[in-house]
Amino acid sequence: MRAVTWRGVNEIGVEDVPEPTILNGHDVILEVGLSATCGSDLHLVGGYVPTMRAGDVLGHEFMGTVVEVGAAVTRHAVGDRVVVVSFTSCGKCWYCRQELYSLCDNGNANPGITEALWGQAIGGCYGYSHALGGWAGSHARYIRVPYADQGAFAIPDGVSDERALFASDAAPTGWTGADLAGVAPGDVVAVWGAGGVGQMAARAAMLKGAERVVVIDRLAERLGQVETHIGAETLDYSKVDVPGELRELSGGRGPDVCIEAVGMEAHGLGPSYLYDQVKQQLRLQTDRPTAVREAIYACRKGGTVFTLGVFAGLVDKFPLGAVMNKGLTLRGAQQHGHRYVPEILERMSRDEVRTEHLATHVMSLEDGPAGYRMFKGKDDGCVRAVFRPGD
Amino acid sequence: MTDPPTRLLRAGGDLLRRLAEPQELRPGGSHAGRHCASGWLSVTVLCEPDDVREDALPGPLAILVDRIEVRVRPAPADKGTELSVRFRDRPPRASLPRRLVGDDPEAELRSALRRSKQLIEVGEVLVVDPAPHGQRPATPTGMVVESWTRAAPGGGVR
Ligand SMILES: NC(=O)c1ccc[n+]([C@@H]2O[C@H](COP(=O)([O-])OP(=O)(O)OC[C@H]3O[C@@H](n4cnc5c(N)ncnc54)[C@H](O)[C@@H]3O)[C@@H](O)[C@H]2O)c1
Ligand SMILES: [Zn+2]
Ligand SMILES: [Zn+2]
Repeated sequence: MRAVTWRGVNEIGVEDVPEPTILNGHDVILEVGLSATCGSDLHLVGGYVPTMRAGDVLGHEFMGTVVEVGAAVTRHAVGDRVVVVSFTSCGKCWYCRQELYSLCDNGNANPGITEALWGQAIGGCYGYSHALGGWAGSHARYIRVPYADQGAFAIPDGVSDERALFASDAAPTGWTGADLAGVAPGDVVAVWGAGGVGQMAARAAMLKGAERVVVIDRLAERLGQVETHIGAETLDYSKVDVPGELRELSGGRGPDVCIEAVGMEAHGLGPSYLYDQVKQQLRLQTDRPTAVREAIYACRKGGTVFTLGVFAGLVDKFPLGAVMNKGLTLRGAQQHGHRYVPEILERMSRDEVRTEHLATHVMSLEDGPAGYRMFKGKDDGCVRAVFRPGD
Repeated sequence: MTDPPTRLLRAGGDLLRRLAEPQELRPGGSHAGRHCASGWLSVTVLCEPDDVREDALPGPLAILVDRIEVRVRPAPADKGTELSVRFRDRPPRASLPRRLVGDDPEAELRSALRRSKQLIEVGEVLVVDPAPHGQRPATPTGMVVESWTRAAPGGGVR
């Protein structure tokens, strides 16, 4: 079958790969309907996640139709239309039982790698390097889904493929941030990054009753989407002083909750951006934490800063003094989607969560390299390139 | 065991260890982590202590039963059961870089312990390969990733 693969740093290919087969009783094989690019892929493309191997199939945000079912699967049958959470979690270990699904003990067959990096191993994710399990990704005609009873969710009849697709990754990631940061009615919430993840975090915060939600970016088309489709306010960080504006619109306090949805390749302005770029290129720091620093600085005393953006290793000039002295709560996570997908699908069927607009460019697998180029360059207003393997 | 991929792998493990945990910042400097005096390797399994019996260990540990000691005790709160194993002859601990890439005598035990936990919790051991993939040219970095992946089930910090 054809698949979009990682060929090397900044090199995406389309090639023939073998079809997957059922290897565990809890597997299903899915015929992929739609498969999206995600900001996390850009960290792989750029070479910031070191355990990619040429030929690895990319893609972890997807939906499709079940075509084969393993012997131990009880909740799915051939023909079911499902959306799959990007993390492969067992549902049985202590972490899964605490609903901290991306921390699953049994979803990553290569635990030695993340244990070496971070002291403990986290769960596995499709198409996301050998450190996160070496699972083949979804930019292909078929994908094997392990632990299918846990990770695959039937899509309600009234919800389109284009909408349900984002219940795989962008939406549950946003929900993870807003929920675990403790967004409560009356809160002022600021979100850095107006990509799929930031937009969904903003929507989740609104649905949790936040009084004001402000999304920060510099890309006009994305800020426009936030206003039109999400209904949140926006700030263009290339034009205004972000902490100053946030202070003003929160009565001088600063936001109660700051959600960072930018990640380790943050863009920035001025000399500190150059400093971070140089240090990252020399591998003296692995990640550029521009937006996290700003979020910590802007946050009100006693507030919460949540990093949804992916970081891999070490950052520099981290304002620990502000965290400590302002009494902040600092938290982060990969998405615990299994916990939120049922609510998200239900809200999608009631039109309370709309996501189709994120799929700005829908194309065939053969256009994989062009799709990634557009997404990386944010060309032509690209928010997410989406592949339709059936084309 | 000093074929080129293994040497590369060790160098990679060393580099990574420095990156992830700058040596000079570790309490005890470069000697920290070298001695874990008791030699026990432990996992916590979400099950009752009675579900892990020394005379009926899960397959991956059962085949090692003549060479290992086993300790089972309840974990605090609702966390399940702590299962610890160590080799009877207590081989000297390998350096951290070698443990991280599973290039040490205890790699076998680490892997058996993880697979046993999975068997108890899930009922199956997760299989990833063969996973679909495209052309894999034999580049030096690719070989490091491949060797490390092969060794990762037995690699670990302890
Ligand atoms: N935690 C998780 O489980 C999870 C899941 C999916 C994605 N992610 C991560 O979330 C992040 C965002 O993902 P995405 O798909 O929305 O990515 P994206 O690339 O589409 O969007 C990132 C946005 O951040 C903006 N940005 C860059 N620097 C900024 C700055 N200094 N201040 C404000 N905005 C800035 C960019 O202009 C862009 O619009 C990535 O790091 C991705 O890896 C995490
Ligand atoms: Zn993602
Ligand atoms: Zn689990």
